[in-house]
Amino acid sequence: MSDAEGRPAYLAHHFSEAEQQRESAKLGMWIFLLTEVLLFGGLFCAYAIFRSWNPDMFYNAHKFLDVKLGALNTIVLISSSVTMALAIHNIQLGKRKISIGFLVTTLVFAAVFLTIKYFEYSHKFHVGQLPGKYYTFTGIQGDNPHIFFSVYFAMTGLHGLHVIAGMIAISWVLVKTIRNRFSPEYYTPMEMTGLYWHLVDLIWIFLFPLLYLIG
Amino acid sequence: MSATEYVSYLQQPKGIKSWLLTLDHKRIGIMYLAGIMTFFIIGGILALIIRLELLHPGKDLVDANTYNQIFTLHGAIMIFLFIIPSIPAALGNFVLPQMIGAKDVAFPRLNLASWYIYIFGSLFAIYSILAGAVDTGWTFYTPYSTSTTTSVISMTLGVFILGFSSIFTGLNFIVTIHKLRLPGMTWYDMPLMVWALYATAIIQVLATPVLGITLILLILERAFGIGIFDPAMGGDPVLYQHFFWFYSHPAVYIMILPGMGIISELIATFSHKKIFGYKAIAFSSLAIAFISFLVWGHHMFTSGQSEFAAGIFSFLTFLVGIPSGIKVFNWLATMYKGRISLETPMLYALSFLFLFTIGGLTGIFLGALAVDVHLHDTYFIVAHFHYVMMGGTVMAFLGGIHFWWPKMFGRMYSEKWGRISVALIFIGFNVTFFTQFILGAKGMPRRYYNYLDQYQPLHAFSSVGSWILGLGFLIMFIYLIHSLFRGRKASGNPWGSLTLEWSTPSPSPIENFVTPPEMTHGPYDYDKVLVERE
Repeated sequence: MSDAEGRPAYLAHHFSEAEQQRESAKLGMWIFLLTEVLLFGGLFCAYAIFRSWNPDMFYNAHKFLDVKLGALNTIVLISSSVTMALAIHNIQLGKRKISIGFLVTTLVFAAVFLTIKYFEYSHKFHVGQLPGKYYTFTGIQGDNPHIFFSVYFAMTGLHGLHVIAGMIAISWVLVKTIRNRFSPEYYTPMEMTGLYWHLVDLIWIFLFPLLYLIG
Repeated sequence: MSATEYVSYLQQPKGIKSWLLTLDHKRIGIMYLAGIMTFFIIGGILALIIRLELLHPGKDLVDANTYNQIFTLHGAIMIFLFIIPSIPAALGNFVLPQMIGAKDVAFPRLNLASWYIYIFGSLFAIYSILAGAVDTGWTFYTPYSTSTTTSVISMTLGVFILGFSSIFTGLNFIVTIHKLRLPGMTWYDMPLMVWALYATAIIQVLATPVLGITLILLILERAFGIGIFDPAMGGDPVLYQHFFWFYSHPAVYIMILPGMGIISELIATFSHKKIFGYKAIAFSSLAIAFISFLVWGHHMFTSGQSEFAAGIFSFLTFLVGIPSGIKVFNWLATMYKGRISLETPMLYALSFLFLFTIGGLTGIFLGALAVDVHLHDTYFIVAHFHYVMMGGTVMAFLGGIHFWWPKMFGRMYSEKWGRISVALIFIGFNVTFFTQFILGAKGMPRRYYNYLDQYQPLHAFSSVGSWILGLGFLIMFIYLIHSLFRGRKASGNPWGSLTLEWSTPSPSPIENFVTPPEMTHGPYDYDKVLVERE
């Protein structure tokens, strides 16, 4: 797969060599991840402010989150990061079929995460532990307990959207892998998707203790 | 090299589809320019309506509610749809790869995507105008923005989407500058415009996501009443202001820094002299970018934040004066004993120096705590930020357009009409806005529909200025459009500039260079090159 000048097909016209293209993609991806961190940074900041104003209420409210389901989801996401890394490792070795298997596994883990999240959410909807003015639950001591659930739903909701975005990216990479577009020389999109997926995982690793393990 | 031996980016490929699907940074830059100028005209017409309404106290033209919507739209359009993308996305896109000897930006598809995101976001903004235009002011302060009946959600969603466009442009530029420089071109061989775009891109990438999350929270607050900014529900409206200005103050430097980059190019080119203090100018751009993140609280001196915090923010605000001053003095030193020629772009650069200095100095007044309490939310603020944004950025933007116009379109415009229009714009601007410093110091509050009779003469004077300004722009649009069709053919390097984009025929060739570019001299080695030529 190369043209008359010996340039591989995946090398865009404005790069002089594959290494330059790969390095550019990597730098771009890291900058993008930085913007994601800052996007969540606003929410972490809001969390810190409201928790410092209402330490007791946050403690009381967090007891109504299901630590077991949260912990299970943490394990599921960490496992999915491992399978994502293994998918990249295997495409580096040219083992395409194994790589496809690991990508599918990653997608399954992501789906399990969202399913568990769905059960957590639907329980909260059911008992009225909802953000702001929709909050109808009455069992939590302290002022303005709805603020905790505003923060909870904003943070986990935005994270959930990122999980879905990650699943779309992984599916896209999966299709490319099935169509044999990647090789040990060129697998940049998979590597970049992997970086993104690790970030999504990492954000959850911060969300879990901050929301589920207060006090 | 004769002009017939190469194909310019305007010639091939042909057809509307080849433009809409282009991955060429030059064409994307031109498409941005078209979108940006459209919104500049819309925002400008809104400004003229505002000034017309303020000719007398009471109703002249529109009712109070419409007036609130018009000044909000003027601000939102000018900031989010015009000035933020103006220099980086339009001119920067066009010149950056050419200046560093690259064939394109690092991610051409992302570049095109950012243009479509810009258009998509602007559609939301237009929709919000049709669906009951926002009347909150461009800052969308809570609690009013969560309680007004106008279409806040579609406008803020539009701004949120526009943020992605800005982030993608910034990301693309950072990677391009790091990875695609001509082999052998060190950081200190780059034109100062590139340094300025780099500093701008850093702010775009670091600050815009925070605006994004702020607007998401505002939308959630409005749509679902999550209570984070509502004091009645245990939330805090001042938190919104902190979030908003954490982005929007650095955003001011997204607007001015690339303008400063253009000014460095213009001053060196038209003084025909090596730029004075290259490193000082380059690093002062980065210094401004850095300090920009630490001064947001100066928008909130009267919001009830702690006095200690206000003191710190005041001190940090004064610091911005240092790198800004470094730039101005280095530009002056560049002109000193230079062979200055006063073509239209240079006239814009000189206007910039004059107006930006006034804008910057009045910024120092406003950064002083006690003075700010008196001037807060008066016309003094309005005059200050118009001196920086319009007297600064817009002058630089217009100077840049006139400077690179031959390279973009291969045609020259009428120098005579160019100078006439600079003169009108400069005079009209000062008549309009210097008056507003006086109005503000006398206590005229900003954003008011009605006012006391004692302010009427100054308001009328300011409105007359806006007509002179409008006439200047009208002339500019006429001769620029005329030049597209009838203008004299431009040579490759009409100004005798030494940066790489001028080493090619005009308009720029496809893939930017006919033969692989070479760095035979630095971007400002006028001393060496001019001596050799003579």
